[in-house]
Amino acid sequence: MNWRSVPFSAWIGIAGLAIAFGCAVFAPFIAPYGESEIVGGVWELPAWSGGTFLLGTDNLGRDLLSRLIYGARTTIFVAAAATLLAFSFGVLLSFTAAVLKGWTDQALSRLNDLMMAIPTLIFALVVLAVLPQQLWILILVMAVLDSTRVFRLGRAVATDIVAMDFVEAARLRGERTSWIIFREILPNALSPLLAEFGLRFAFAILFLSTLSFLGLGIQPPAADWGGMVKDNKDGIIFGVSAALIPGTAIAFLAVCVNLVVDWLLNRTASLKGGRA
Amino acid sequence: MAEDLLRVRDLKIEAEMHTPGETARMLTIVEGVSFDLPKGRVLGLIGESGAGKSTIGLSALGYGRGSVRITGGEVTLGGTQLVGLSQRGLRRLRGAKVCYVAQSAAAAFNPAFRLGDQIVEAALKHGILTRAQAHERAAGLFRTLGLPDPESFGRRYPHQVSGGQLQRAMTVMALLPSPDLIVFDEPTTALDVTTQIDVLVAIKRAIEETHTAAIYVTHDLAVVAQVADDIMVLRHGKTVEYGPVAQVMESPREDYTRRLVSMRHREKPQAPDQSDRLLTVDHVEAGYSAVKVLDGVSLHLPKGQTLAVVGESGSGKSTLARVITGLLPPRHGRITFKGRELPARLDARSKEQLRQIQMIYQMADTAMNPRHTIGDILGRPLTFYFGLRGAKKATRVKELLGAIELPEHFAGRYPAELSGGQKQRVAIARALAAEPEVILCDEPTSALDPLVADGILKLLQKLQAETHVSYLFITHDIATVRAIADSVAVMHRGRLVRFGPKDQVLSPPFDDYTDLLLKSVPEMRIGWLEEVRDARRMAAAGN
Amino acid sequence: MAAVPGSSQNLDGTARLPAGDPLAVPGAPGSLLVSVDPAVPGTAGKRPALGRFAARHPLAAMILQRLGISFLLLIAVSAVLFIGVEALPGDFAQTYLGQSATPQAVENIRRDLGLDQPAATRYFAWLGNALTGDFGTSWASRNSITEQVGRRLGNTLFLAFFAALISVPLAVGLGMISVLYRDRIADRLVNVFSLAAISLPEFFIGYVLIFVFAINFGVVSFPSTVFDGMPFLDRLEAIALPCATLVLVVLAHMLRMTRAAILNVMEAPYIETAELKGLSRARTILRHAAPNALAPIINVVALNLAYLVVGVVVVEVVFVYPGIGQYMVDAVTVRDMPVVQACGLLFAAIYIFLNMAADILAILSNPRLRHPK
Repeated sequence: MNWRSVPFSAWIGIAGLAIAFGCAVFAPFIAPYGESEIVGGVWELPAWSGGTFLLGTDNLGRDLLSRLIYGARTTIFVAAAATLLAFSFGVLLSFTAAVLKGWTDQALSRLNDLMMAIPTLIFALVVLAVLPQQLWILILVMAVLDSTRVFRLGRAVATDIVAMDFVEAARLRGERTSWIIFREILPNALSPLLAEFGLRFAFAILFLSTLSFLGLGIQPPAADWGGMVKDNKDGIIFGVSAALIPGTAIAFLAVCVNLVVDWLLNRTASLKGGRA
Repeated sequence: MAEDLLRVRDLKIEAEMHTPGETARMLTIVEGVSFDLPKGRVLGLIGESGAGKSTIGLSALGYGRGSVRITGGEVTLGGTQLVGLSQRGLRRLRGAKVCYVAQSAAAAFNPAFRLGDQIVEAALKHGILTRAQAHERAAGLFRTLGLPDPESFGRRYPHQVSGGQLQRAMTVMALLPSPDLIVFDEPTTALDVTTQIDVLVAIKRAIEETHTAAIYVTHDLAVVAQVADDIMVLRHGKTVEYGPVAQVMESPREDYTRRLVSMRHREKPQAPDQSDRLLTVDHVEAGYSAVKVLDGVSLHLPKGQTLAVVGESGSGKSTLARVITGLLPPRHGRITFKGRELPARLDARSKEQLRQIQMIYQMADTAMNPRHTIGDILGRPLTFYFGLRGAKKATRVKELLGAIELPEHFAGRYPAELSGGQKQRVAIARALAAEPEVILCDEPTSALDPLVADGILKLLQKLQAETHVSYLFITHDIATVRAIADSVAVMHRGRLVRFGPKDQVLSPPFDDYTDLLLKSVPEMRIGWLEEVRDARRMAAAGN
Repeated sequence: MAAVPGSSQNLDGTARLPAGDPLAVPGAPGSLLVSVDPAVPGTAGKRPALGRFAARHPLAAMILQRLGISFLLLIAVSAVLFIGVEALPGDFAQTYLGQSATPQAVENIRRDLGLDQPAATRYFAWLGNALTGDFGTSWASRNSITEQVGRRLGNTLFLAFFAALISVPLAVGLGMISVLYRDRIADRLVNVFSLAAISLPEFFIGYVLIFVFAINFGVVSFPSTVFDGMPFLDRLEAIALPCATLVLVVLAHMLRMTRAAILNVMEAPYIETAELKGLSRARTILRHAAPNALAPIINVVALNLAYLVVGVVVVEVVFVYPGIGQYMVDAVTVRDMPVVQACGLLFAAIYIFLNMAADILAILSNPRLRHPK
């Protein structure tokens, strides 16, 4: 791959992701204050309006910048974990369905259709209303809901590949299902799945933020971006922009992921065209 | 030869190539091509895929697909210079003075409109005919081209009509505005031979009756010999040979043309003794859900010989291969291999049984995993069946590459880096790696250019002589049958029509279908189409 | 765009439609993608009467099939909602009363709520009532859920309707412009804008709009309160900001998908045929591309409407708008299960209905089905 071939927009995306991941990994070293340390008055103005703290303070007088940095950690970790899990479920099940066909495929596909017939947010609201509010449950629920979308794409991609003669050739040779899934199908499905992974990650960030905003995601006092919007939303009426700062962070991260995904998709598309 | 309708001088056509990571560069597709086409004459453009023949055909409409552009030379149609002409000027000519018949009429007709409305559209839009006149002329042309119910044919939708009929309907669409020139872009390539001949007869008749000039693009020299007055042989975007059809066919000047002309005349002598039955198919009936695709098929393959199974699309010949491999268990009947019955289902067969029957596919592109190297592809059966690893495996892969006449360093390449013919050779080597008794060949040469296909056939014969492997060779092409078979099975609509030693099957007396099939295959000589047409007329009159 | 139900299948963001036959009947996500060959609908050879009907009226058969599937789906969804709530750890009555409740009180409540009956009995009772429009009483307020839902559903649909009214023509129009000026400035701008817009969570858009228009400029009021008997124009003014938020949220998705749908059709060989007939570009697009792009565009619109109805949840919370979404979120926070179930079922029903409508419209616009062989 040629580094100069990476378009400018993708560089922005990559740089943005690097910053966000840097914050997530090195949060305790970068953040000027503790995650829930009260350092000043309620909703102190940010530095550009003459305040003492760079981004000001939140509804409890905690440093917004520090919470933003710690929030990156929670938000990215939960979104990434949910997306990875969703891909593990979704890809494995969808490839199995595509290779085995018959009733396995029917059962899995119909179950998936049923899950997809309920809007994701509504499903999440119902489930999170009844389950205990714990981090692993949140991740699991997000992963299961997201895996339905992965299943759908994975099955479509795998069905196309299974229809190829080289998969039939492997079956005629007598290869086992696991060989066919991991050695014949997976290498060919990687590029579309990679792009989809980026997309799903962006959605996981947005979805998690929405859940936290509605009070069902990350529970206080842990910092996460959606929850920070919720904490500070009442300030809006008084003209305090504290809620908009974490909102901007969410948007920034999602835009960066989408910029990279856009580039990946164009790249795979042109590769396909070039080889055909 | 009065004035020239189309004058092409020193044509240069380029396409913009976008490779990720590099600035766009221009790729030359056609270079230095010149020809003249007088009114009422037909020029055949012939060449293998990538020769630029379709691109030249479309340049007569001032059109380039995608990023393809005419970047040099002249294309003059009826005195108008098309190169550099405005879109408006081009639109005035297209559909009025020059029309186009695409390879796949099924895709080229808009599925949302009735055929008749699409056929008259250009003539109405250019103000050549009134709606009533156009529909009347369309009905007349439907009749001329032998389409059913000429009065109501135009009311049908594209999906309600067969492939051969659509191709004729597209010809009607091109003829309707009475253009000076029609470009036929491989109009019969996608059709079965027995359908192809109807379309060829129709096109020939239409050209003769309307005195339009035509460019006929094809890869089949035998087809072009029937319709063209002049032939231009193209290769890699350049002219190889250009002249009147009789000269090119009967005394070709260039070596490339000579090879094209002579290729079809090869014939394998039939093996004398066909009694040693290796594989027997016994009263097999098979199908998908409610549809019966094979009905009571019985045949056998002698050891070390080639059985050609010949038939058109829908004859069940590929299904036969699926039944033999176990992919589609038959409803009735059985498959016997070396005197023992084979389990019907693939997963019930032993590794040893699987090893002894290998398969080669039509599309080498999809038959090999694009993410595996050639070395991996050839090495896997070695590891899987014989447990070979490391240096032993590498040595054997080299031997196999040698057997298919490819250099050793190809082991490190990916399929996408190989040409179509090379890929098919690798597919053969993969089958050989299992050291099988039988190789099922499912149209392995029909997607290849004629000379490349010929090379593959020669290779298969050489390998048979060396290893005594048997081939069950599925094809739709009679010339291929003559070149490779010892015995022949003719299939039609799921039934076995004729089976036996080649000389017997391909000699009279024939049954009706074999007769039709053999007579539909274009022969590499001028005047063949007229003979067939006249013979048919006589037969029709006699009845 | 966190909650991107349905529209978050592989179309969104990058908006690529499956290549290939543009006439193949597309299955909207969330609908049962039954593998029915459009050419031979209802290939049930075993049931001759049904099979004959399907052979004679393929269109009617397919539509009936979609209706049936949607109904089954709705029943299945209701079961999932019910069982999901049923299979929870812990006891409702306990949750309802809190940890300090006496066993006797818990017992009484159980009986009150009917929790002592077998699950199957309660499910069918609940489903039967729900189908006749009775959703029971709320645990929290002891009020009739149906009454609350009735009023709030009206508010939600009012908001969603105006958002759709603005966003659908805008999205389709911009999508077409984007295709007409493909790879030129207009197209690039649309692309950049839509990429940014799909990356914004709806609550962020909402608060930015509030901050700018309600607080800084003071041109609209916040929160967006509506009440019974409110004059129509006041109502419109009240929903201006939430409506704008929803429009921004769905517009980008719809636009990208519309663009992809039309581009897909523009690559078909019959478009080349039209060009080689010497037809003008406008005629080619209007007469040859548009009829074939209709089905995918309808599909895109229906999908996004389905999303709109769900996206409304967050927007209602942001704007404190008394709709059904806000009702549901409030119920979730206090674990008022009958309300959660009722709202969940309603949202799912609307969602399934829109997906079904998309499917049926796509079938109707397929010439192969309208004019069988």
